[in-house]
Amino acid sequence: MSEHTVRAFDEDLTAVAGKVAEMGGLAEKAFADAVSALVTGDTDLARATVKGDERLDTLYMEVEASVIELIARRQPMGQDLREVAAATRISNDLERVGDLAKNVAKRVLAIDSDLQSKKLAIGVEHMTELALNQLKTVLDAYTRKDAEAARRVQAADAEVDAIYTSIFRELLTYMMEDPRVITQCVHLLFCAKNIERIGDHATNIAENVYFMVTGERLPEDREKLDETSGAV
Amino acid sequence: MNEMPNIEQANEMTASKISADKVQVYYGDTHAIKDVDIEIEPRTVTAFIGPSGCGKSTFLRTLNRMNDTIDICRVEGSIKIDGEDIYDPKVDPVQLRAKVGMVFQKPNPFPKSIYDNIAYGPRIHGLARNKSELDDIVSSSLQKAGLWEEVKNRLDEPGTGMSGGQQQRLCIARAIAVSPEVILMDEPCSALDPIATAKVEELIDELRENFTIVIVTHSMQQAARVSQRTAFFHLGVLVEEGPTQEIFTNPKDKRTQDYITGRFG
Repeated sequence: MSEHTVRAFDEDLTAVAGKVAEMGGLAEKAFADAVSALVTGDTDLARATVKGDERLDTLYMEVEASVIELIARRQPMGQDLREVAAATRISNDLERVGDLAKNVAKRVLAIDSDLQSKKLAIGVEHMTELALNQLKTVLDAYTRKDAEAARRVQAADAEVDAIYTSIFRELLTYMMEDPRVITQCVHLLFCAKNIERIGDHATNIAENVYFMVTGERLPEDREKLDETSGAV
Repeated sequence: MNEMPNIEQANEMTASKISADKVQVYYGDTHAIKDVDIEIEPRTVTAFIGPSGCGKSTFLRTLNRMNDTIDICRVEGSIKIDGEDIYDPKVDPVQLRAKVGMVFQKPNPFPKSIYDNIAYGPRIHGLARNKSELDDIVSSSLQKAGLWEEVKNRLDEPGTGMSGGQQQRLCIARAIAVSPEVILMDEPCSALDPIATAKVEELIDELRENFTIVIVTHSMQQAARVSQRTAFFHLGVLVEEGPTQEIFTNPKDKRTQDYITGRFG
């Protein structure tokens, strides 16, 4: 889109989008680091990840403050209005992604020992790869204002959910086989749940990006493949 | 084929209060309004927005034939109110303007008392048979305009001595006094402070229950606040018309987008 007659308006909008993008980068990194700390048992990395969440919280509050100020001063309309609305909602999702990553990192400290068997974490690693890719793609879609890419992210969330279901079953089996791994498996299960939630936030972001770009709601036609509620 | 237009007309009559079809307005050689088609719904506030010189006021003035007063102005196409062509030679413009009232940018009360400002129209149109009926019209018009409490004890003071906001509401009361069906407002708040503006906007919202209102405004926020439908004009063309929330959140035309987001250079 061309520039505003009032140039400071463009600067304000760019500043908000810049902060959201920075949050995206941090959330992505926190997520990747937390899972990497989990798999390698790296407690230093886990601690750093927990600490790093503060910056994300600060940025979240900054986005909110800038958006409120922008609405008060500029009364955005049309595409601009959708952009600022998307910025608040996306920053909210990213802040939650940060919290979930922090929670995974805290569990690394709680487990405080190498995973007894690497095979326990294979599923979680695989799920992370997918969810992280979802998050990256949707953040790209946000900066490039690509509605089609956002739509694909929404459609792909079913895969993350499907893996979560299979991890759930797998961990259940391990626990039945060997009660000594129950503590670890429960932590891993919560980690998997967190990652599944991160996938959901990526989907929320995708829906907001789609609305921001097109002004239309993305039809919610995706299947729910998280069947764990039925498995219990 | 010949029957089709009749069926359409019948539908239009139930759906719209005002129905404009291929309206052209010329000022001498200047083609000021080009091919405007619009349906205006009854008991609805419709806002006309657009940059200066886009034709929104010109088009508004065609709706009660105010352009007739300009010699070089020529209107083509058809404008129907309740299915009746208002440019039909049989139509008396004075009667038309009683049915389609107007409020202007600058409050223009008559240099008369508050009472006479309101009573003037009903008197010339013979709407009251005696003094008590006229008193009723004056008080009810002032009540509908939300002005009664402020002026009931000084009805014989001059209308020109009131504040700007009160004067504008007096002009609205004056328009209401002749029982119009449509009220046209040409930037009614541009000379008012924010509090007076809020009172007029509140009034517009109340009047919507009984009147069809068309308002031209330069303030997009005002259009967003008071109207249910918005029409965007640009260079004499009606670019886009639709539900207000859609025009301001998701306009379809690039020109509308640029205008409402402040990108016209």
